[in-house]
Amino acid sequence: MLLSVKNLSVGIGTLTLLESVSFDLAKGEIMGLVGESGSGKSLTALALTGLLPLIGGRVTAGSLEFDGTDLATLPKRKLRALRGRRIAFITQNPMTALDPVQRIGPQVDFVSRTHLGLDRKEARARTIELLTQLRIPQADTICSAYPHQLSGGMKQRIVIAMALAGNPDLIVADEPTTALDVTVQAQIIHLLTRLVRERGLALVLITHDMGVVAQACDKVAVLYAGRLAEQKPVHALFASPQHPYSAALIDCIPREGMAPGSLTGIPGNVASATAYPAGCRFHPRCPRAGAGCDTKVPVQRGLSDAGTVACHYPLNGALDV
Amino acid sequence: MSEPLVKIQSLSKRFDTPGGFLKKPRSMLAVRDVSLSIARGDIVGVVGESGCGKSTLARLVLRLIEPTKGAVCFEGADLTQLSRRDLRKMRQRMAMVFQDPYSSLDPRYRVADALAEPFVVQGARVPEGRIAELLEKVGLPNSMAQSYPHQLSGGQRQRVGIARALALNPDFIVLDEPTASLDVSIQAQIVSLIQQLQRDLDLTYLFISHDLGLVRYFCNRIVVMYLGAVVEELPDPNAAPRHPYTRALMASTFAPDPDTRQEATELTGEIPSGFDLPRGCAFAGRCPNVTAKCRETVPVLSRGPHPVACFHPIQG
Repeated sequence: MLLSVKNLSVGIGTLTLLESVSFDLAKGEIMGLVGESGSGKSLTALALTGLLPLIGGRVTAGSLEFDGTDLATLPKRKLRALRGRRIAFITQNPMTALDPVQRIGPQVDFVSRTHLGLDRKEARARTIELLTQLRIPQADTICSAYPHQLSGGMKQRIVIAMALAGNPDLIVADEPTTALDVTVQAQIIHLLTRLVRERGLALVLITHDMGVVAQACDKVAVLYAGRLAEQKPVHALFASPQHPYSAALIDCIPREGMAPGSLTGIPGNVASATAYPAGCRFHPRCPRAGAGCDTKVPVQRGLSDAGTVACHYPLNGALDV
Repeated sequence: MSEPLVKIQSLSKRFDTPGGFLKKPRSMLAVRDVSLSIARGDIVGVVGESGCGKSTLARLVLRLIEPTKGAVCFEGADLTQLSRRDLRKMRQRMAMVFQDPYSSLDPRYRVADALAEPFVVQGARVPEGRIAELLEKVGLPNSMAQSYPHQLSGGQRQRVGIARALALNPDFIVLDEPTASLDVSIQAQIVSLIQQLQRDLDLTYLFISHDLGLVRYFCNRIVVMYLGAVVEELPDPNAAPRHPYTRALMASTFAPDPDTRQEATELTGEIPSGFDLPRGCAFAGRCPNVTAKCRETVPVLSRGPHPVACFHPIQG
């Protein structure tokens, strides 16, 4: 396994915002991390990239093993050498990831000069090669443009180029297409999946859109209010979601030929981290909630379809293995 | 068929940017020659990507901004010709729900004040119990009347926005991306609320969205816009697309089904800037079926039950 997250907990101050999350990711795989806002998706991304201190957070328990090294205990200096080189991060809004007063070329060059030790000329050649691979027309002209001169989709491609410049093994992409138009979103998602397949990368794709998950991911971890609700291969999740929350999320997307009125959504809101309900945190919104849901925290149970679920009353007759 | 409730005729809007030092003044046509009839009880969807003019169209229809050309008739009366007083009177019958519930509610107004505002504007008294009734209609507890917007979640704020639109018992509501800033779970809640209100109160909707999947689920007629102009009108949500852009939009909608994975779309590039429109078809630069004619001549929207503006429409 390239990446193995075990019982990861993340806290800010006295609050525990992410609790005992575990998942594995191998090379060539795309893992979707889904959930509503406030479910802990972005915190997981920050933990994976060692950027938690930026928001005053820290890993309070568990480990993040990347190629045999535990990122949670790695000294800052070593982490910095790893981030950008072997672990790359793509943020939601490309505008905030790019320096507005620096031309595109030097920004992308910087990654391979810093991490691969290339000289100015080699770095530029590599940048142009990367931009061309990402189907950016007239790559050399784009290199001398400023970010504001480019469209949103083009900027996100530049950010992807920067992520690839260090020749990483793992890319963490936090809602990489949320700020983009639908036709551009489709282009970017296809581009990312192609890169993973061709280069044998591993990708953690954070999204709130079950459509994107279905189209791009190999496996999925569903997060709810800072805990893992269910995780399994993508086909199994859509064919037989066991956690009522996973099922509800899937049902939030309108499908072709759906009868009017059949889209119901999930009642209520995600609880705030300062007022998490006792027991299963989903129980106030859950249609299957029964005895014990409001007192006992459900544990992860293994499933016959290579997944795990944390629910007292799972759907589709879950079998323990 | 009886007279449509709303009839939009050749509506256009040009925005001008002033020139400056060493800068020429420029202008763009945000909406170009759009015509549309909306019958009573209709739910018409308008879809397109950013910059296609859908939000400008929404504002033009209610005359929140003045059109450069064209007319909007509401039950036969041309809104663009009405005096301010008559327009205000007419506005009781129409309302708008905005995209961003964070900026469309005044942070210093309590929910009850926000819901009373439409009556204040009309110089009317708030009927006894109306606020509670409105809150109940949109599924909010009565106690929320005394809350401020910052105390509400995004979904609750959008419910307040909807309640405010319903305040004066309108016939026609323009919904401008009412769910775009919400989580998918909340989006589904809001959409089913809007749907139920439409049935209960016999409303007519113009629903603006960038999400073709949502519009196909929700609307009974769909207008597809690209760079300010209508490129296709789907007579029913399941009609096969005839314009290559509509087909590309459909192919870009990610189905929540891992067993039918879409191929990479044939579409490349992005919407060009409205300031320098290409000479011929606005979509020519991205179209897989483009020919020389497309680059020279602007296609007009055809007539008939399934209008399309394309020289080489897809044959069904």
